[in-house]
Amino acid sequence: MTKINDRGVSRRSILKAGTALGAGAVIAPTFFVRNAWAEEFRNNPGNASSVKFGFNVPQTGAYADEGADELRAYELAVKHINGEGDGGMLNTMQPLSLKGDGVLGKKVEYVTGDTQTKSDAARASAKRMIEKDGVIMFSGGSSSGVAVAVQSLAQEMGVVFMCGLTHSNDTTGKDKRRYGFRHFFNAYMSGAALGPVLKETMGTERRAYHLTADYTWGWTQEESIKNTTEALGWQTVNAVRTPLGAGDFSQYITPVLNSGADVLVLNHYGKDMINSLTQAVQFGLRDKQVNGKDFQIVVPLYSRLMAQGAGANIKGIYGTTNWNWSLQDAGSQAFVKSFGQEYGFPPSQAAHTCYVQALLYADACARAGTFYPPEVIKALEDFEFDGMGNGPTLYRGADHQCFKDVLVVRGNENATSQFDLLEVVKEVPASQVTYDPSIFGGELGPYKV
Amino acid sequence: MDVILLQLLNGLDKGGAYALIALGLTIIFGTLGVVNFAHGALFMLGAFCAVSVQALLTISKKVKDESIKFFDAYKEIPYLEAWWGDTGAMIIDYAVPISILIAIPLMLLIGLGMERGLIRYFYKRPHAEQILVTFGLAIVVQELIKAQFGANPIPTPAPEVIAGSANVGLWVGLGESVVYPWWRLIYLAFAGVVIALAFAFLNLTTYGMVVRAGMADRETVGLLGINIQRRFTIVFGMAAVIAGLAGVMYTPILPPDYHMGMDFLVLSFVVVVVGGMGSLGGAVLAGFMLGILQSFASMNEVKSILPGIDQIIIYLIAVVILLVRPRGLLGRKGVMES
Repeated sequence: MTKINDRGVSRRSILKAGTALGAGAVIAPTFFVRNAWAEEFRNNPGNASSVKFGFNVPQTGAYADEGADELRAYELAVKHINGEGDGGMLNTMQPLSLKGDGVLGKKVEYVTGDTQTKSDAARASAKRMIEKDGVIMFSGGSSSGVAVAVQSLAQEMGVVFMCGLTHSNDTTGKDKRRYGFRHFFNAYMSGAALGPVLKETMGTERRAYHLTADYTWGWTQEESIKNTTEALGWQTVNAVRTPLGAGDFSQYITPVLNSGADVLVLNHYGKDMINSLTQAVQFGLRDKQVNGKDFQIVVPLYSRLMAQGAGANIKGIYGTTNWNWSLQDAGSQAFVKSFGQEYGFPPSQAAHTCYVQALLYADACARAGTFYPPEVIKALEDFEFDGMGNGPTLYRGADHQCFKDVLVVRGNENATSQFDLLEVVKEVPASQVTYDPSIFGGELGPYKV
Repeated sequence: MDVILLQLLNGLDKGGAYALIALGLTIIFGTLGVVNFAHGALFMLGAFCAVSVQALLTISKKVKDESIKFFDAYKEIPYLEAWWGDTGAMIIDYAVPISILIAIPLMLLIGLGMERGLIRYFYKRPHAEQILVTFGLAIVVQELIKAQFGANPIPTPAPEVIAGSANVGLWVGLGESVVYPWWRLIYLAFAGVVIALAFAFLNLTTYGMVVRAGMADRETVGLLGINIQRRFTIVFGMAAVIAGLAGVMYTPILPPDYHMGMDFLVLSFVVVVVGGMGSLGGAVLAGFMLGILQSFASMNEVKSILPGIDQIIIYLIAVVILLVRPRGLLGRKGVMES
């Protein structure tokens, strides 16, 4: 028999109330309170009025100009997220959960770091941002070596990393991580996009000679382009690895002259690409006739900043790019307008991918209703969006790689302005560059760390 | 045979740049006893003389770019072209040769300023301190250039008339398959002329004879009433001019960026060590020798036997020389041997 006390409260009712309170304590925050996982994740902003992003870009070293453009884009993204300026791509992004008042009611602030395009420096800088500055997310970079290195740090520390410019298959292949996301395209996609155009313009009986930057990005690009061109019927005469930052490539270019090759594929980026292309042209490769055909040069990964450095040497040379400011879709135009009005020149592809990454992360937090990384990650995984400059895009959950249209470009022979260096030859649909995520292996790792 | 000739030319070409930088380094060490880690920065400053002259010649008026609709963008039309048409365009095209004339007095002034303003205070200090201060100076110069010109290489092409390649194969009876860029051949000839002039100055003039005497025995020359210090200062300026000219002429080969001096500095020091610290002939000999060896080590046939040899060949030679003959190929007996 339950004993009833003087106030008419039984032991059973106390137990019931206690159970209900306990259950309520567990369940209620997920329904009624933002930041429900309050104590459970690193750099939880809690009740603070602001949240901090970290922008880790090369401010010194070979890619410093690209890093500067990335920073400009991030600053613009923060402005737009906080409701300042003309809103840029927030006017075109679909679907959109951001309201132009920061993220989940908190204003976005940011800190910057210098990767120096060195893996160890980039990791140290990212660690400082996470541990000292308390960033909730970090982003940036212009090198796959750096991206792979800081992505694994992101996983270890449980802070989301939105990659900047990284093109190696490994970033979302064998080295992919649950806490790393890449909007930029990759070497496989460059090969898949470039293949049909090469077939159309150069035919199926070609002999290719590769010069390849000797690090993760160069290796995967060489492999992807070789696979594509050999499938077209081309022969690979030789593939020579060149040290990063070699400067003078003459000793690597002269063997091409008498190798029997009629195509030179330059798997170089940045300063290396500028130098190797300039020197290949100086050695008269573009004026040569080999095997009864005009000698051709291919640069699988292009950027406008690089094109500026190579000057007239890029005219007529084919390659691919993630995005170009001349695109006419509403998202690209909105971004180019915002960026152009702010800085007086159009953005680079590095700026574009970084701007989009910052917006996508902020929007994922808004959709998830929390900054708790596992929920933000789930919000990004398999997210489909449009209006960001590359047509309908999927952030594939299986490898955290974005799938969108890829641009095949050619160095512009008749530029109409100083920025009009690349001519878009073809917009290759996402479906033609999509692949099975299992081909590159790798494990994403756990949501909770 | 074709490949060997091409790699030989590559080696001579690269060796020319090494020799010119190393020559200046070794002159400074031989006269002032200073290990100048800012010498690469002088090479880079020379290259940026060409960039600056090109920028001056292409000072432009801004015309609204109507092809860009999204924001206010402007096209730049050089005043020289606007005023003088083709003649103006031709002057711009010759920016690199013109910059040679400007680089000579400018680099001389920079060299004299560097020696009087900083280096002279470190004559009697240990080599480690000289290295630290000159390395620091190099970094300051490098960062200033980056702040002004950005980090990306800046294209500085050779004049259009010599932008192509020469049919070297025809000259030596190997057919039309062996071509080599005109500008690289000019660079090689230029390096030879500058080296010859430097040697002639030091060996065939009274001024040079006094400098060499000072290098051998500074005190005795001083006791004869000769202001040897002033001559050494001028020699420092001369070394700066040589490095600067090497830089100016290298711009069409390698679009200059702020870091190019550092890229060459380490290799040039190895050249000086291999040639013998303070030995002018040694620097030139080692410069060409290491350039040629590096070039041949890059051949696919060599790399298939010894992978990665192209990256280490210069340092390997330096290690062997330091073990077997610490004073270098043509170094004076006793130097670096104690």
